[in-house]
Amino acid sequence: MSDTDARGGLPEDRDYQAGRGSAADADQPAGEVPAGRHRVIGTPPPATSRTMLGTDQGDGDGARQKPRELPAGPADPRSARKAERVVAACFIFSMVASIGFIAAYIGLEVHSVDAVLRSNLALGTSMALAFLALGVGATIWVRHLMPAVELTEARKPMASSPGDRAAFGETFEEGADASGFKRPLVRRTLIAATVPLAVAPLVLLRDMGPLPGTSLRYTVWRKGIRLLVYGSNRPLRPADFGTPGGMITVVPEGYEDDFDALAKAATIIIKFRPGELQPPTVMNWTVDGIVAYSKICTHVGCPVALYEQTTEHILCPCHQSTFDAPRGAQVIFGPAARPLPQLPITTNAEGFLVAQSDYTVPVGPSFWERG
Amino acid sequence: MTVERALEGVGGALDDRFRGAKGFRTLFRKIFPDHWTFLLGEIALYSFIILLLTGTFLTFFFQPSMTEVIYHGSYTHLDGARMSEAYASTLNISFDVRGGLLMRQIHHWAADLFVAAILAHMLRIFFSGAYRKPREVNWLIGLAMLTLAMLEGLFGYSLPDDLLSGAGLRITEGVMQSVPLVGTYLAFFLFGGAYPGNVIIPRMYIIHVLLIPGILLALITAHLFIMFHQKHTQMPGKGRTEKNVVGAPLYPYFMAKTGAFFFFTFAACALASTFAQINPIWLYGPYNPVSISAGSQPDFYMGFLEGSLRMMPAWEWNVAGHTFSFNVFIPALLPLGLIFTAAALWPFLEQWITGDRREHHINDRPRNAPTRTALGMGAVAFYGVLWAEGANDVLADHLDVPLYTITRIAQVAIFVLPVVAYILTKRICLGLQRKDLHLLEHGVETGIIRQLPSGEFIEETRPVDEEARAVLESRPVPLSLPPAEQDVPAPGMRGGVGQLRERLNEVVNESVPLTESDGYGGHGNGHGNGHAIGSGQPDHEPAAIPAGGSGEHSGAGATAQDDGDADQRPDS
Amino acid sequence: MGWITARRRHPAAGYAVVLLGLLVVAAIYSAVTGGGGAASAASPVGGPRAQINAGQRLFLANCATCHGLEAQGTSGVAPSLIGVGAAAVDFQVGTGRMPARGPDAEEPRKPVIFNQAQIHDIAGYIQSLAGGPPIPTAQQVSTSGASIALGQSLFTANCAQCHNFVGAGGALTYGKYAPALDPSTPTQIYEAMQTGPEAMPVFNDTTITPSEKRDIIAYITATRAQPNPGGFSLGRVGPVTEGLVAFLGLLFFMVLAALWITAKHGKAHE
Repeated sequence: MSDTDARGGLPEDRDYQAGRGSAADADQPAGEVPAGRHRVIGTPPPATSRTMLGTDQGDGDGARQKPRELPAGPADPRSARKAERVVAACFIFSMVASIGFIAAYIGLEVHSVDAVLRSNLALGTSMALAFLALGVGATIWVRHLMPAVELTEARKPMASSPGDRAAFGETFEEGADASGFKRPLVRRTLIAATVPLAVAPLVLLRDMGPLPGTSLRYTVWRKGIRLLVYGSNRPLRPADFGTPGGMITVVPEGYEDDFDALAKAATIIIKFRPGELQPPTVMNWTVDGIVAYSKICTHVGCPVALYEQTTEHILCPCHQSTFDAPRGAQVIFGPAARPLPQLPITTNAEGFLVAQSDYTVPVGPSFWERG
Repeated sequence: MTVERALEGVGGALDDRFRGAKGFRTLFRKIFPDHWTFLLGEIALYSFIILLLTGTFLTFFFQPSMTEVIYHGSYTHLDGARMSEAYASTLNISFDVRGGLLMRQIHHWAADLFVAAILAHMLRIFFSGAYRKPREVNWLIGLAMLTLAMLEGLFGYSLPDDLLSGAGLRITEGVMQSVPLVGTYLAFFLFGGAYPGNVIIPRMYIIHVLLIPGILLALITAHLFIMFHQKHTQMPGKGRTEKNVVGAPLYPYFMAKTGAFFFFTFAACALASTFAQINPIWLYGPYNPVSISAGSQPDFYMGFLEGSLRMMPAWEWNVAGHTFSFNVFIPALLPLGLIFTAAALWPFLEQWITGDRREHHINDRPRNAPTRTALGMGAVAFYGVLWAEGANDVLADHLDVPLYTITRIAQVAIFVLPVVAYILTKRICLGLQRKDLHLLEHGVETGIIRQLPSGEFIEETRPVDEEARAVLESRPVPLSLPPAEQDVPAPGMRGGVGQLRERLNEVVNESVPLTESDGYGGHGNGHGNGHAIGSGQPDHEPAAIPAGGSGEHSGAGATAQDDGDADQRPDS
Repeated sequence: MGWITARRRHPAAGYAVVLLGLLVVAAIYSAVTGGGGAASAASPVGGPRAQINAGQRLFLANCATCHGLEAQGTSGVAPSLIGVGAAAVDFQVGTGRMPARGPDAEEPRKPVIFNQAQIHDIAGYIQSLAGGPPIPTAQQVSTSGASIALGQSLFTANCAQCHNFVGAGGALTYGKYAPALDPSTPTQIYEAMQTGPEAMPVFNDTTITPSEKRDIIAYITATRAQPNPGGFSLGRVGPVTEGLVAFLGLLFFMVLAALWITAKHGKAHE
C-alpha cells in the first residue's frame, strides 16, 4: 500500500483507488466487453467489475458505515480555536478595509494631481489591505483549521490500453469505410474546394492598407518651402541662427501639424563655425555654416536629436547610433548603416531659410526596395 | 439550512439535469501535490484574471481613436495641448475618473507580473524537467502563451499614444519595414499607409481587448485541462512514485489555498499600484514623431529585443537595387527565434539524445540533470545580456560607465557569458551531486565529537532521515541508447547523426553516479556511522520501458520504495 | 608605546590601524591638493571699473591656470572664454562646476566656492573682454504668465532627448551626460540654454525666444515640483525601474506568499 504517514493521531488516511469517475472510463477488462458487432455502446459495466471504494454505500442510510476519508477537524482543538479567532479578526479587518474603499471612493474627489494622489492612496491602501487580510486569513485557516492530510491517488499510464487503441482503430476504420471518404473523386474535389476558401480570408485583408509604391522614397520637402522652427512655427533667417554650436528642429511650412509628413520630413539644422564643415557634407547645400540633416534615424526611425556641441556628434537615444555632424553625418558608432541624409537648403528672396529640393536619398529606416 | 438539505435542494436540482454527482465527486477528491514552485503558474493565471477585470473597467472609459483634440481636462500642465483622443481619454481616466488611476496602474502592474510569472514558471518547468513526456504539448502551449502575452503587453502599453510607447511603435514600424521582400507591405498594411497614419491605435485596441485575450483564454483553458487530465507532476520525496500522486484533495484544501493565493496576487498588485507609480503618461506627453526622450525603453519583457537592436553592428548589404538590412532584422528575429525555437524543440531533442521516451511524473532536482540545467543557465545568461543592454543608457547614466563601453562589453558578453554560465552551472551541479552522495554514504554531521581509543577525534554522523533519503535517492536512471548488434549500429544510431547522438548522450548523461546500482558502495567508513547507508533495501532493477509503451510504467526514479506491489491498478 | 603594544591583539586593533592610515592619507592629500579655500579678496565697493578689476584678480587667481592669462584657453584642457559672456560665467561658477577639479569628461555640479558678488565680478570681467550673453534679469526668468503646455511641447522637442522627458538626466557619449535638472534655478536654466555649456547646444534668443524660454522654465520647475499621484516615482526614468520593481518587489512578494501557503509547519501539521 502507500507509504503515507498517519500524523498526529488522525484517523488512518486512505488510499484512493484509481479514479473511475469519468463516465467514459474504458478501463474494463477486455473479457467483459462483448466482441463483434453486437456491442452496445454506453451500457454501464456489469456489477461484478471493479468499482470505486465507498460507492457501495451510495444511498447513505443515516450513520456512515465506512470510515471518513478526511478527518473532521484539526488535531489540537485549543490552538485551532485560537487560530479561528485570528482568522476571524483578519476577515473582519478585510471587511472594514473594503468598506473603507467604498467610503474613500464616495468621499474623495479627483480632478487635480493632489486630489488624485490622495484618492489613489486611500483607494489603493484599502483595497490592498482588504485583499491581504483575506489572503492571510484564508492561509491561516488552511494551515491551522484544516487538519493536515497527505493522501495518495494512483496514476494511470497516459497511453490507452492496446485493446482500447485497437477498438478505436476499428471504429475509425469502419467509419471511414462507411463514410465513403476513400472514394478519390469526392475526396479530392473536397480538398480542392477548401483551398481557395482558406485563402479567401487572407485576400480580404488586402484593403488594410495601400501599397507603398514609391512613397517611402520621398518626403514633402520641395523647392522653396520654408524651414519653420518646430513648436513655435517661426521661419528663420541665417542671422537668427548665428551662434555657433546651435541646433534646432525645423519642419516644412504647411505641414506643421501633419504627423504623417513630419514622420519623414522632420529636420535638424546645426550652426558651425567657418571652416568646420568638411566633405562629404555637400557645401552647396549649406548656408553660412548652417547644415540641415534629416532628424529621422536611418536605423529604425527614432528622432535623432542629441547634439553634442563639444564632440560635434549627433547621437540617437534609441540605440546609440552616432553621426559625425561636420562630416556629412557619417555613422561612427552604433547599428545605423547609412549617414543621415542632408537636406539641400538656401535662402529665398526675403532671406529666410528654404529648401532647395527634397532630400536626394530616402530618409529613415532602410527598406527592401531602397536600392 | 444544513449542508444535507442544501445538497438535496440545489444540488439535487442540478444533478437532475446534469448528472454531476459522480464526476464532481471524483473532481473533489482529486489529489494535488504541493510545492511552492507549483504556484508560479498560478501567479500568471491570477494576474490574467486581474487583467481581465481591470481591463474591462478601462474599456468603459478609453477612446481608441487618433483624432486630434485640444485638452481641457484636469491635468492643467497640458491645458490647451493638442493630442489624440486616446491620450486624452487616458488622462481622463487618470485624473477625472475616481479609481481610474488605480485601475490603470493595477492593470499595468498585473501585466508586468503576468509576464514575469510566466518566465519564472517556464524556468521552473524547464529546470525540473516537467516538460517531458507526456507534457510536451503543454510546454508548447505555454510558449505560445508567452509570445501572446508579450505581444498583448506591447499593444496594451502602446494604446495611450504617449511619447514613450509611440517611440516603440516607430521602432516596430522601422523593424517591419526592414524585412526583405515583404517588409514595406507589412508596414503599410498594419498602419493603413505611411507611418503613423490614423488607424494603428484602433487596430491595436481590438487585437488587445478581443483577439489576443480570446486566444489566451482558450489556450489557458487547454493548458489547465491538460494539466488536470494528466495530473500535476510532483517533487521527489518519501512515498512518491511515478505511479501515484501524493498531496491533499482539491476540496477543500486546494481550493482554499488557491483562493488565498488569488487574494495575495490581487493584494500585491494593489500594493504596487498604491506605492509605485507606473507608466505616468502625463509626464511623457502626447506622441509626436519629431520628439524623443532620453532613456526610452519598452516594458521589461521587450527589453531583450531592444538590447539586441542596440548591440548589433551596422551591417547592411545593398545589391541589385535592394537592401538587406542585417543590422535590423537580424537582431529583431535571431535572438527571439533562437530562444523560442530552441525551447520548443528541446523536449523532443532531449528525447532523441537520451532515448528516454518514458512518462515522467516525478520532477528532477536540477542538480540531477546537470547538462540540462547548465544549458538552461546558458540561455538565461544569453537573455540576460540582451536584456541588460536594452537599458544601457540608463545604466551608463546611473552607474557612471561610458555609454559605448557598455555596448562593447555586451557585444563580447553575449558570446562569452553563456559559455561561462554553462561551465559554471555544470560544475556546480556535479558538485552538489557529490555532496548528496556524501550525505548518503556518510550521513549527516551531528556535532558530537568523540575520541577513539587510538587518540583520534572523529565527529559522529547519523544517517539522513527517511524523507531526506527519499529525495536524495531520487535520481533518474539514465537509459542507454540502443546498442550495436554484432557491430551493426541500431536504427537511429547510424552515420554521422548517430555518432552525434552518441556523443550528446554522453554529455547529457554526465552525472555523479550513485555508485554500484543502489547500494552506494555499501561501506561504512569506520567512523561509527555504519547505518549511514539505507538498510534492508531490496536491490531494484529499473525496468526498461518500451517506447510509447502501454504496459506497466515503472518509475524513472530509483526510489527503493518504488515497488510494483503498491500498484492496485487493473491490468490493461 | 607600551600602551599600544599591550593592545595589539585587541579585536578593534585592525580597524584602528586602518582608520589611522586613512586619516594620514587624507591629511597628506588635502595638504597637497590645497582644497577649496575661499578666495580671500573681498568684493570692493565701487563702480564697474572696480568690479572688473576685482573680477580680473579673482580670475587670475582661480581660473587662469587652465583658461589662460588672457582667457584665451588652453588646447585640450580648457576652452577660450572670449565672447562667452557673463551668463556663461554665472552658470559655470554659480553651479560650482568651475573651478574644475581637474580634466574630466564632463564637469559635474559641486558646492559653490564663491559668493554671489564674487561671481558677478568674474562675470563682469569676462563680459568686458569681448561681450556675450549677459546674466538674465529676474523678469526674464520669471514664469508668471508662462504656458506650461507650450513649455512641455518645446522641452520635449528640444531638450528631452538629452535630459529625459521630465529632466531626470540622460547619458551621452564618452562619459558625458546631460544632468538632472532638479537642482537648477530658473536663472541657471536660462543661462544654459543661452550659452550651451559643455556638450549642450546653444539655443539663442532668436531660435528659442525669451518668452519660449520662460515657458520651458515654467515646465521644468512645475513638473519637478509636481507630486506623483501614483506612488513613488521610481526615479521618473521609465520602464527600467518599473521592471526592477516587478521582479524584486511583486514576484518576490508572491514567492514569499507561496512559500508560506505551502509550508509544512503549521500547528495542524505537527
